[in-house]
Amino acid sequence: MALDRWIGLILLGFCLVYGYTAWFTMDGNLAPFMKRNPIWPSTFPKLLSVIGVVTSLVIVLGLEKSKPKELDIDYRRLMDYNLGQAVLLLALMVAYALVLRPLGFLFATSAFLILGSFILGERRWHIMVPVALIATIIVWYLVQQVLGIYLRPVPYFVGG
Amino acid sequence: MLEGILLGLQTAFSIEMLLMVIAGCLIGTFIGMLPGLGPMSIIAIMIPVAISMGDPAAALILLAGVYYGAIFGGSTSSILLNAPGVAGTVATSFDGYPMAKKGKAGKALTIAAIASFCGGTIGAVLLMIFAPALSSVALLFHSAEYFALMVVGLSAIAAFAGAGNVAKALMMTILGLMLATVGETTMAPMPRFTMGLMDLQSGLGFVTLAMAMFALPEALFLVLKPSLSASGESGEIKDLRITKAEAKSIAPVIGRQSLQGFFIGVLPGAGATIASFLGYAVERNIAPKKEQDEFGKGSVKGLAAPETANNAACTGSFVPLLTLGIPGSGTTAILLGALIALNVTPGPRLMLDEPQIFWSVIISMYIGNLVLLVLNLPLIPYIAKVLSVPRNYLIPFILFFTLMGAYIGQNNATELLILVGFGICATVLKFADYPLAPLLIGFILGGMLEDNFSRSMQLYDGFGFVLQRPMTLGLLAIAVILILLPTFRNYRARSASVADGD
Repeated sequence: MALDRWIGLILLGFCLVYGYTAWFTMDGNLAPFMKRNPIWPSTFPKLLSVIGVVTSLVIVLGLEKSKPKELDIDYRRLMDYNLGQAVLLLALMVAYALVLRPLGFLFATSAFLILGSFILGERRWHIMVPVALIATIIVWYLVQQVLGIYLRPVPYFVGG
Repeated sequence: MLEGILLGLQTAFSIEMLLMVIAGCLIGTFIGMLPGLGPMSIIAIMIPVAISMGDPAAALILLAGVYYGAIFGGSTSSILLNAPGVAGTVATSFDGYPMAKKGKAGKALTIAAIASFCGGTIGAVLLMIFAPALSSVALLFHSAEYFALMVVGLSAIAAFAGAGNVAKALMMTILGLMLATVGETTMAPMPRFTMGLMDLQSGLGFVTLAMAMFALPEALFLVLKPSLSASGESGEIKDLRITKAEAKSIAPVIGRQSLQGFFIGVLPGAGATIASFLGYAVERNIAPKKEQDEFGKGSVKGLAAPETANNAACTGSFVPLLTLGIPGSGTTAILLGALIALNVTPGPRLMLDEPQIFWSVIISMYIGNLVLLVLNLPLIPYIAKVLSVPRNYLIPFILFFTLMGAYIGQNNATELLILVGFGICATVLKFADYPLAPLLIGFILGGMLEDNFSRSMQLYDGFGFVLQRPMTLGLLAIAVILILLPTFRNYRARSASVADGD
């Protein structure tokens, strides 16, 4: 079974869980007066879940045949690509999300940009560091000072 | 009317006003390029500046300039980075980004600029002619028709996904609609599908999802397979001019989409997003078979259609604002706020009481469009240089901008984790050739769709509205036909080719 049909199966499961939530658990805590309403918060999700289950069944059962297409990336040979770099970058993004508040915008962002280039194989520190620092400061200035959206610039223990 | 135009020209053509337009366009373009900041937020930011000027005409001219600049800036990031910051420019990235990938970034930006200009200008002409009459037509559309119109839009997107892909596209649309139901609804103070998480209470952020669906998988693909990015760098930006043949092929598209986009924009609540998606879908459907395959791979028509429709609809959305005082979109709602703060009340009396404001808005639309074209065409080679940044720097920056876009919108670090999670899911879906755009479209329209659905359910006390309103029934029938037709056609083609041992 090809990947797209496996995904169809996962989506079918998702739709069933979604449908279960909509059909059986959501109406329980509905206020009594709302039950006289022609539409409940669960009405639209109920409809969606039915259409979703039908559509995912069509995919899983392969009712609609499609020609295999030449794709940019063949997932069967995933190991041949730079999988390590991609996973590291994703991990870096998660780390950035976690440290953005505690460590402050300026430090977290310049570290993110430098490490990002580093993971991709850049080793020219004399370009990497200034570029990251300048970009960080420009973005921070734009967002914080010009647009007035608050970004904590420095680590929490410094204050600000 | 001529008198009005002269009055508008008189107001708009002074050094001060022209400087306002130029400043507005520049500010709008540059801020609009940051993903995550759309026209709405930029105008909201500019309102204190505009109000402090005191002169309603000058304020409106400045804001109109910002508005147009922001829309153009938004298309820029869609085309160059596949990172649409605004719902209205999502359709632009379908064909704009493939073009940029082929090394035709300059050409793509030029087409976007020209299409926006034409859409905006033709829209302004139509606004001038039709404003009074259209306001009454727009009122004929009830929530039931809006619901049906959106269903047509969604099924059109799924139906035009290409042969053999209809079920997948439909599935993605439904998934998008499902994601849109996360969070609280407007009709009942009850969280749905939040799994008890506080962060999901207000629903998923649009920008987060847009970044996760488009920019993040794209960046990951570039990491996984470096050769994908090579084509973008080699092709410099020499290919700036559009050829005569291309101009010829997009001219009718621009003509049609200006009209269609404008009329969709007039409907309150429909706006630029629906106009651009419908414009894309319609153009794809009526294009000859050979050009149809080009769509999604860098077709000039596919780029011109949403850009034109988008801008024409933006202009169209001024009709209900100026004639009825009803803002048709988020952006016009903010403009309405600015107008009221300046002691101008838009409505049926505006044209009679303060004609100079009405006409200066219209004239400023022309000037805004013109200035944008004049300013941006020479800048395009420099803007497109973004793509020649070495990959080792470009990718971390794209990732950083996706993170920033998601963060600025919600000011919430959890949003970043959601972004990464959805980004991984989107990449896997992309591996399996699931189209991602329908998911985002479903998500964008989901809220509006459900609101209008529940409104009509309430008005007609059940599903009766489908049968009682002929226009709704007709639109829904079109939607069903749209879904079934390609399947049927595919089936016929298949049964015919079985003999070949396919």
